[in-house]
Amino acid sequence: MAFPSSADRQGLTVTSAKIVVAGGFGVGKSTLVASVSEIPPVNTEAWMTQAGESVDPLSDSSAKTTTTVAMDFGRVTLAPDLLLYLFGTPGQPRFWPMWDDLCRGASGAVVLVDTRQLDASFPAVNYFENDSDVPFIVAVNLFDGKLTHSLEKVRDALCLDERIPLVTVDARDRRSTAKTLVTCLTHTMKTTPTRA
Amino acid sequence: MSGNPWVRPYVLTGGRTQTKHQLYVHTLVSASHFDARAATKLTPESRRLYDRVRLGPQSVAELSAHCGISLGVTRVLLEDLASTDHLQINDGAYDSPFDHRLLKRVIDGLSELG
Ligand SMILES: Nc1nc2c(ncn2[C@@H]2O[C@H](COP(=O)(O)OP(=O)(O)OP(=O)(O)O)[C@@H](O)[C@H]2O)c(=O)[nH]1
Ligand SMILES: [Mg+2]
Repeated sequence: MAFPSSADRQGLTVTSAKIVVAGGFGVGKSTLVASVSEIPPVNTEAWMTQAGESVDPLSDSSAKTTTTVAMDFGRVTLAPDLLLYLFGTPGQPRFWPMWDDLCRGASGAVVLVDTRQLDASFPAVNYFENDSDVPFIVAVNLFDGKLTHSLEKVRDALCLDERIPLVTVDARDRRSTAKTLVTCLTHTMKTTPTRA
Repeated sequence: MSGNPWVRPYVLTGGRTQTKHQLYVHTLVSASHFDARAATKLTPESRRLYDRVRLGPQSVAELSAHCGISLGVTRVLLEDLASTDHLQINDGAYDSPFDHRLLKRVIDGLSELG
C-alpha cells in the first residue's frame, strides 16, 4: 500500500479534505467511493455507541444503546501533500448522530439517488437541507446507463431547490465520479465566501 | 470492537471522553520518527496505533479501522500520543474546509483524474 509519507518527511504539511457521499440503502454509495479510491474501500465497524463521540462507561443504560455501525470510506492522493477522503454515510436515519460526526469538516456532500427508489434518498436530502451546513449536490446514479425520468421530474419529486445542482453519474466509472465530485466542490465555492 | 472485547472503552481511555483537538474522521496523524523503546511502554491499543502511524500520514478513520479500535477510543488515544510527542496531529494548511484555495486544489486534482 502506498502512503504519502515522502511529502511529510520532506517537511511538507500534508492536508486532507473530505467529501461525504450520502443517500438511501443500495443507491450506489460504496460503488461510487470504490470507483476513485486508491485503497480498497474500507468497510468497518467503527462506532460503538449511538453518539459518535462518546466512549462512555458502560453503565446499565448505555449498555442497552450500544450499537455498532459500519464506516465506509476511500482515499485519493491528489498531490504529494493533498489527500481527499470520501465517506459514505450509514443508511438509516437512526444513525444520524454518526452523520453529524462524518459531516463535520466536510467540504461538500453528494446525495446519490436511484430513480427506481427515489424515496430511499429523501432523508438524506432533508438532512443536508435542514440539519447541516455542508453544501450538497444531488446525483442520479444511472444504474442502466440511461435516465428513466427527466432530471426535471426528479427535481420536482425531491422538492429540490433550483439552486442545488442536480446531475447524473455512473457510480462505477472513475471519470464520471470525479466529474461529480468537481461539480460538488464547485458548488461549495459558489455558495461560500472566498475567505471562508 | 477494541481488539480486546473484554476491556471496556472506559478503561482504555481512563474514563476520558473528550478530545482537545478537532479530530475529524479525516484528520491526518503522522510521526516524524519511530521510537522503538518508547513503543514498548505503550498500552497494546496505543502501541497498535503508534506502530501503524509509522507507515505514513493517515486519517483517524484509517487508524481506527486498521487497528480495530472504535473511533471514540481512537480519538482519545491519539490525543494522548500527540500530547506525549509520540506523534503529530496534522491540523492541515487551511483553517476551513471551505477555503477556496483548498477547494481549488482539490478540484484541479480531481480534474486530472478524469
Ligand atoms: N448496473 C449498475 N449497478 C450498480 C451501479 N451502482 C451500484 N450498482 C450495484 O448496486 C448495488 C448496490 O450498490 P452499493 O454501492 O453497494 O450501494 P450502497 O449505497 O453502498 O448500499 P448500502 O451501503 O447497502 O446502503 C451493488 O450490487 C452494486 O454493484 C451502477 O451504476 N450500475
Ligand atoms: Mg455501501
